[in-house]
Amino acid sequence: MMLRMVQWLVIAALLGSSVHARPAVTIGSKAFAESWVLGDALAALVRQTGRADVEHRKNLGGTEIVYQALQSGGIDVYPEYTGTIAEVLMKSSGRPSLAEMRAFLKPRGIGISDPLGFNDGYALAVMPATQKRYGLTKLSDLARHPDLRLALSHEFIGRKDGYPGLARAYGLRMTDVRGIQHDLAYGALASGQADVMDVYTTDAQIAKLGLKVLEDDRGFFPRYDAVLLYRLDLPRRAPEAFAAMQRLSGRVNEAAMIRANAMVVLQKKPSEQAAAALLRDALGAGQDAGSAQAPSALQVIPWNVLTHMELVVVSLLAAIVVGVPLGILAASSRLMANLTLSVTGLLQTIPSLALLALLIAVFHRIGLVPSLVALFLYSLLPIVRNTYTGLANIPPTLSEAAEALGLPRMAQLLRVRLPMASPSIAAGIKTSAVINVGTATLAALIGAGGLGNPILQGIALRDNALILQGAIPVAVLALLVQGGFDLLDRVWIPRGLRLRG
Amino acid sequence: MRIALNNVSKTFDGKTALAPTSLEVPPNRTLVLIGPSGCGKSTLLRLVMGLIGPDAGAVTFDGVPMTPKTSMELRRRLGYVIQDGGLFPHLTAEGNVTLVARLLRWDDLRIRARLSELCALTRLDPQLLDRYPIQLSGGQRQRVGLMRALMLDPEALLMDEPLGALDPVIRSGLQEDLKAIFQRLRKTVVFVTHDMGEAGYLGDEIVLMREGHIIQRGAAQNLLESPAEPFVTEFIRAQRPLWTGEREAAG
Repeated sequence: MMLRMVQWLVIAALLGSSVHARPAVTIGSKAFAESWVLGDALAALVRQTGRADVEHRKNLGGTEIVYQALQSGGIDVYPEYTGTIAEVLMKSSGRPSLAEMRAFLKPRGIGISDPLGFNDGYALAVMPATQKRYGLTKLSDLARHPDLRLALSHEFIGRKDGYPGLARAYGLRMTDVRGIQHDLAYGALASGQADVMDVYTTDAQIAKLGLKVLEDDRGFFPRYDAVLLYRLDLPRRAPEAFAAMQRLSGRVNEAAMIRANAMVVLQKKPSEQAAAALLRDALGAGQDAGSAQAPSALQVIPWNVLTHMELVVVSLLAAIVVGVPLGILAASSRLMANLTLSVTGLLQTIPSLALLALLIAVFHRIGLVPSLVALFLYSLLPIVRNTYTGLANIPPTLSEAAEALGLPRMAQLLRVRLPMASPSIAAGIKTSAVINVGTATLAALIGAGGLGNPILQGIALRDNALILQGAIPVAVLALLVQGGFDLLDRVWIPRGLRLRG
Repeated sequence: MRIALNNVSKTFDGKTALAPTSLEVPPNRTLVLIGPSGCGKSTLLRLVMGLIGPDAGAVTFDGVPMTPKTSMELRRRLGYVIQDGGLFPHLTAEGNVTLVARLLRWDDLRIRARLSELCALTRLDPQLLDRYPIQLSGGQRQRVGLMRALMLDPEALLMDEPLGALDPVIRSGLQEDLKAIFQRLRKTVVFVTHDMGEAGYLGDEIVLMREGHIIQRGAAQNLLESPAEPFVTEFIRAQRPLWTGEREAAG
C-alpha cells in the first residue's frame, strides 16, 4: 500500500510540474479589478508584438505578496501606485519623489515606469442619505460626528497614510472603526450597517451607488499615480515586450480607468474585454486584447476543479507520507509526543496569509509550490495526532503479546500496531482531506488557481454567481471526499476492527 | 528447557515488585506461581519473557541469558498466554495463530498440518479459524491463544492467569483440557493463577508468593501439611472450596 502511495505522489508531482511551465514574460496583478484590467492590457500589448509566451498571473493578493513575487522573480512586472511604493515598500512618512523611489528600488533590482496617467488615490465616501442627514461634504466635517460607523479596508486601517494619519490630520475621534474586506464594504454601506468607507478615486462603484466622496480639504491623502514596477532584467530579457508595455505611460486618464473598471465590476464583462476597451481609449482604434479570449464558465469550472484537486491530492499525499511516520515517532516516547504534537499544532495557528507570504519569501516563487507547502503543513496535524492517538490507545497487553511472540520491531509495527491504529489514522486522513478541500481555496491568493479563483473574483466583483461557481464545487468536492474516504475505510481498516460483537 | 532466575529483582517507581529472587523451573514439569494480587507473580513471568528488564540479576534459558539481543530468538522458543487470549482483533483466529509462522515463511502445507494438529490438541472446531476474535466466545479465544503460543512448538509455556476471565463451567472444562495437554506435551510450564484449586489441579509444584517474595515452594499437599509460615495456611484457607465448609458443618 505504501508503495502505491509513493507512486501516486510521483505521478501527481509530475503532473503538477508539467502543467506549470514558466513563460518568458509574466505579468502580475493584485486582487482587484483595476489591477486585472491593467495586467490584461499589458499582456495584450505584449501579444501584439507577436510574442505568445506571456502570462498574466491574475489576482495575486495584496502588495506584500505581489511585490514579494516580483522580487523573487515569480513575476516580471505589475501595476503599482506611487503612494503604495512610498508607504508600504519604502516605509516613508514623507512624500518621496518619483526619482527618490527609483533610487530606492534600483538596488533591489526593481524599476519604475513613467506614470500611466491616472491617480487612484484614497478617499472616504458616504451614501447620499448620510451626506444629507449630517451635512457632510468635507473630511473635516467628520470630526463633528464621532459616532459615525467606519467600515475600512484592513490595509487602509494599517497604513500611516491611511486611517491613522487621516485621524491625526483631521482630529478624528471615531468610536466605531472596523476592518472589512474592501469589496464587502459597499454592501455594508448600502444596507445601512456602516456609514463611511474608504474608496479609490477610480472606483466604479462610486457612480453605481451614487456614493459621495468627501473632499480632502486639508490635502492629506498622497497621490496614487499608477506606474509599472518591473524587474530591471526585463528590458534586457524581452526588450520589445518591455517597450510595448511602456506605450501605456501617460495615456490612461481617470475617466478611462473608471469606465474600464465599471465594465468589469458593474457590467460583469471579462477583464480582458475591459482591457481592450481601455487600450482603445488610451491608444486609439485598432486595439484588441490579442488572442486572450475570456473562457466561459463551462470551460473554467472543470479546469478549476482539476487544479483544486491537484492541490488537495498532492499536499494530502505528502502529509500522509510525512505525517504517519511523525505520528509513529510521537508514539515512541513522551518527549517525542510533546515535541511533535506541539510543533504541528503550532503550524496550525499561523494565519494563512502570513504563512503564504512567508513561503513566497522562502521559495522565491508564487503559485503552486508555496500553496502546496502551506496546504501540506496545515494537513499534518490531524494525521500526526490521530496516528499517535491510535498507537497510544492500543491496550498494553496486546503490545506485549506482539513482543512476546518474538516479532521483530518492524513486524510489530506493520503487522500489529499500525493495523490496530488504522481506524484512527484513517479518520485523521479523512479530516485532513475535507479541511484541505476548503483551505485550498486560499491558494488562489497567490496565483495557484483552483476553486478559490472564482470565489476571490466574485468577492472582488460582488458577484454572487461567480462566488457560487467556486463555493458549490468546493462543497460538492468536500462531500465526495468524505464519501470516498468512507468507502476507503473498507479497504484499509481490517474487517475484524469494523465488526461489532 | 531449563529456566532459571538468578537474584532477579524489579521495582516500579521505587516500590518493590520483586525482591531479589532465585528460582529454578524444573524441565518438562508444570510449576504454578500463586499468591494474592500484587505479590509479584505476573512481574516474575514478564521478567522471564523479557517484556520488562530486571533491575538486577538475570534470567537464563539453558544457560542463555535473556537480553535485548537474545530476546527475539528466545521468545520464539517460548509460548506466552495471557488472560482472554491476548488475540489481535484485526486478525482472524488463523491469522493470529499463524502470524509468526508466516513471517518465518513456513510453506502452506506445513501451516495447514500444524493448524489441524493444534485444533485437535486444543479441541477447537477448525471452522472457527476464519472468525475474528470478537466473533468467538471467551473459552474459544483462550483455545486460540493457546494455539498461537504452541504454533512454533516452543520448549516452554508461560501462562499468566489464562483462565481468569472465564465463567466457572467453561473454566473447569478448560482446566481439564489444559491438564491433558500438559501431560501429553511434557513441556516446561510456568502457570500463574490466584486460584488454589487450579494450582493444585494443574501444578506438579507450587510456588507461593507474597509482596515480591517467595514464601514457600512444594507440592500442594506439602503446602497444606507443612506450611512455612501462618500466611500459607491463611492463603489456602481463604480459598477453601465450598465442600470443605459442608464437611466441617457435618462434622
